[in-house]
Amino acid sequence: MKTPSRFLNWLRGLPTHLILIGLCLIWILPSLGLFITSFRPVQDINETGWWTILAKPKGYEEFQAYCASCHGSDGKAISNADLTNPELVQNYRRSFALLTSLNREIDGQIHMGDTPIPDDKTTATIASYMRRISGIEARPKFTLSNYIDAITGYRGNSTYVTDCAAGNQSVDLYCNIRDLTNPRGMGRAFINSLLVAIPSTILPILFAAFAAYAFSWMDFKGRQWMFALLVGLQVVPLQMTLIPISRLYAQLGMNGTFWGIWLFHTGFGLPYAIYLIRNFMGSLPHEIFESAYLDGASHWTAFTKLAIPLSVPALASLGIFQFLWIWNDLLVALVFLGGKYPVLTYQIGNMVTSLGSGWHLLTAAAFISMALPMIIFFALQRYFVRGMLAGSVKG
Amino acid sequence: MSKNGSGILRQRPATPWLYLLPSLIVMTIFIVYPGLNTFYLSLRNIDNTSWASTACKAGEACWGVFENYHYALTSTIMQTAFLNNIKWILLMVSGTVAMGLLIAVLADRVRYEAFAKAIIFLPMAISFVGAGVIWKFMYNYDTGQVQIGLLNAIVTSFGGKAVSWLTEPQINTIALIIVGVWMWTGFCMTILAAALKGVPTEILEAARVDGANEWMVFWRIMVPQILPTITVVITTMVINVLKIFDIVYVMTGGNYGTEVIANRLYTEMYKNFQPGRASAIAVVLILVIIPAMIMNIRRFNEQEATR
Repeated sequence: MKTPSRFLNWLRGLPTHLILIGLCLIWILPSLGLFITSFRPVQDINETGWWTILAKPKGYEEFQAYCASCHGSDGKAISNADLTNPELVQNYRRSFALLTSLNREIDGQIHMGDTPIPDDKTTATIASYMRRISGIEARPKFTLSNYIDAITGYRGNSTYVTDCAAGNQSVDLYCNIRDLTNPRGMGRAFINSLLVAIPSTILPILFAAFAAYAFSWMDFKGRQWMFALLVGLQVVPLQMTLIPISRLYAQLGMNGTFWGIWLFHTGFGLPYAIYLIRNFMGSLPHEIFESAYLDGASHWTAFTKLAIPLSVPALASLGIFQFLWIWNDLLVALVFLGGKYPVLTYQIGNMVTSLGSGWHLLTAAAFISMALPMIIFFALQRYFVRGMLAGSVKG
Repeated sequence: MSKNGSGILRQRPATPWLYLLPSLIVMTIFIVYPGLNTFYLSLRNIDNTSWASTACKAGEACWGVFENYHYALTSTIMQTAFLNNIKWILLMVSGTVAMGLLIAVLADRVRYEAFAKAIIFLPMAISFVGAGVIWKFMYNYDTGQVQIGLLNAIVTSFGGKAVSWLTEPQINTIALIIVGVWMWTGFCMTILAAALKGVPTEILEAARVDGANEWMVFWRIMVPQILPTITVVITTMVINVLKIFDIVYVMTGGNYGTEVIANRLYTEMYKNFQPGRASAIAVVLILVIIPAMIMNIRRFNEQEATR
C-alpha cells in the first residue's frame, strides 16, 4: 500500500522538521524584533513589546471593560457623546479631566452606572486610547521617522520632520541635504564607513596580488622561508599591534586620519591575503604559464593577463571578507579614528552607552549598519561564505 | 604542493623584490615592529621613561622588570577576566559546535536546506555591535509592569519575576555567551556541513541496511569521519573566543563581573592610560593563542596538501 507508508515516512521526518524550523525561528527572532521595532513610533516601542503589533493598541481592553457597554466597542454608540469625535475628546485629554467626568452625574444619572470607577492609571490608559481613536494623537502603526531621525542625528523630543516643519529645529540641523553630514548622524557615519572600508579593501588585495604572484611564479632566494614567515605573521593578534602603532601615529600626527586606518588595515590584512591568493594562484595549471613564457610573455604580462583574471573567484571572496571585516570592526576604528570621523560601529557603540533606552534611534541605527552586509550576503552568498570560512584563521 | 623551479621564467634578480617590496614594507611597519615593540613596552613603566620595576611599591610583592606581568597575571580584575574567558571557551565553543553539528545534520535531510542554513548563517554578516543592540533589546529589563524585552516578557507571562539579565552576576556572562553562540553557530555549521557531505553515502547506507538506527549512524560513522574537521572548528573557535571583545564592550563594558582579557587590554590602554600593563596583557594573550594558532595552520596546511 502506497499511502500509509508515505504517511509513515512523513511522520518519521516530522521531528527533524520541527526541531529545524524551531531553531530557525529562534535564530531569526532577535533580528526580526529589531527590524519591526525600528519601524514603530517611539511611544509604542516603550509601551508594548514588538510582538504585540498585530494585537489591539494599548488601552483597548480597558476601554472595552469600562466604556464599551454604553459607548459601544467602537465608541460611537451614543451620538451626542461620540468618543471618536476629537472636539469632545479634547476636553478629556488628561486622566484627571476624564476621571472628574466619570465621577460626575450625567442627566441625573451616575455616569458609570454599576460599573466601578477605574483607578488613576487605568483612566490614563483609557484617556490615551481615546486620544488615539479620536485622531488627536493618531499614531501610525509603522513609521520611517526613526530612520530619518537616526540618519540626520536628530536628538530632540519630537521628530526631525515635525521640528523642521515647525521651524524650531536645534542649531546643528539645517533641514536640508546638509543634515546628511551631521557628525552625530548615521548618514555621515555611513559615508565614513565607506571611506574607511573601500580603500582598506582595495589596497591590501592589490599589494597581496603582486606578492602572491612573486611567491607562486617567480624564483628567488629565500622564497620558502619567507613564505613560512608570512604564515607565522598571521598569528599576531590584532590587539598586539594596536598600542605601538597608535604611539607611532601620535608622533607622526596620523591618529584620527583616514590614511592611518587605511594603512593599518592594509598591513594587518596582508599576511592572510597573500597566503590566500598564493594558494589559489599557485594551484593554477602550470601549463598555461609555461606556454605563455615560451611565447615570450613577460612576468608583467603573465601577471596582468593571466594570473589576475584567473584568480577572480579568490579575489572576490577575499574582497568580501576584508570589506565586511572592516565594515563591522569596532576596535580599530575606535582606536585610530575615534570621534573624529565616527564610523557606523563607533556611532552605535556611543549611542548604546550614552542614550540608554533610546530604542527607536538605536534599532534604526543598528539596522542601517546591517543593511549593506545583508545585501552582500544575499546577493553574493557563495563568495561570502567561502570568504568567511577562509578568513577564520585571520588573527 | 609547491611548484618550484621547473617552468618558472628566468628574470632579473631584482624583479621579484619589486613585486614583494610594497607588502614587505607595510607588513614590517604594521606587524613585525608592533609585535616586538609590544614586548618591549610590556617591560616599561607607565610613561615609558624607565623599566617597569620602578612601579614597585616598598613592602609589596614585586616582579622587578616584569611588574606589569605581575598585574596581568595576578590582579583581581585580571583573574576575573581569565575565569570569564575560560567560561566563554567552555560554553561558547561547545555551544557553537554542538548546535552547528545538529543543524548541519538536520538540514541535510530537508528540501529547504539552503534556506535554513542562510537563516542560521545570517548573524555572521552582522557586526558585533549590531548584534549587541539586537540582544540588548532582547534582554531589556524594565522595573515597571510592561516588559518590552522578549525574554522578560516570556518570564513574566509565566508568572515569573523579571530578571536584569545583564547586571545579575553569573547570569550576565551566560547571557553574553548566548549572543556569541547566536553569531558563530552559522560558521561552525557551514564547515561541518561541508565535511558531512564528504562522508561517502555507501557507508551510511550500508550501516542503515545492517540495522543501525540514526543515532548510531551519527555517533559511530558520521562523527568519526569528520573528526579532523571538528578539531579544526574547535581550535578556530577557541582562538576567536580568546579574542572576544566587542560583545562585552557594547553590552556591559566589562562591568558587573563580565570582564574578559581583550576588553581589559582596551581599558588599560585607552581608559587607564597604562600602556605597559596593556602590553603585558597583549603578550599574555598572544602566548595563550599561539599554540591554538600553530595547530590550526598546521591542520590547514595538511588539508591543503591532501586536497
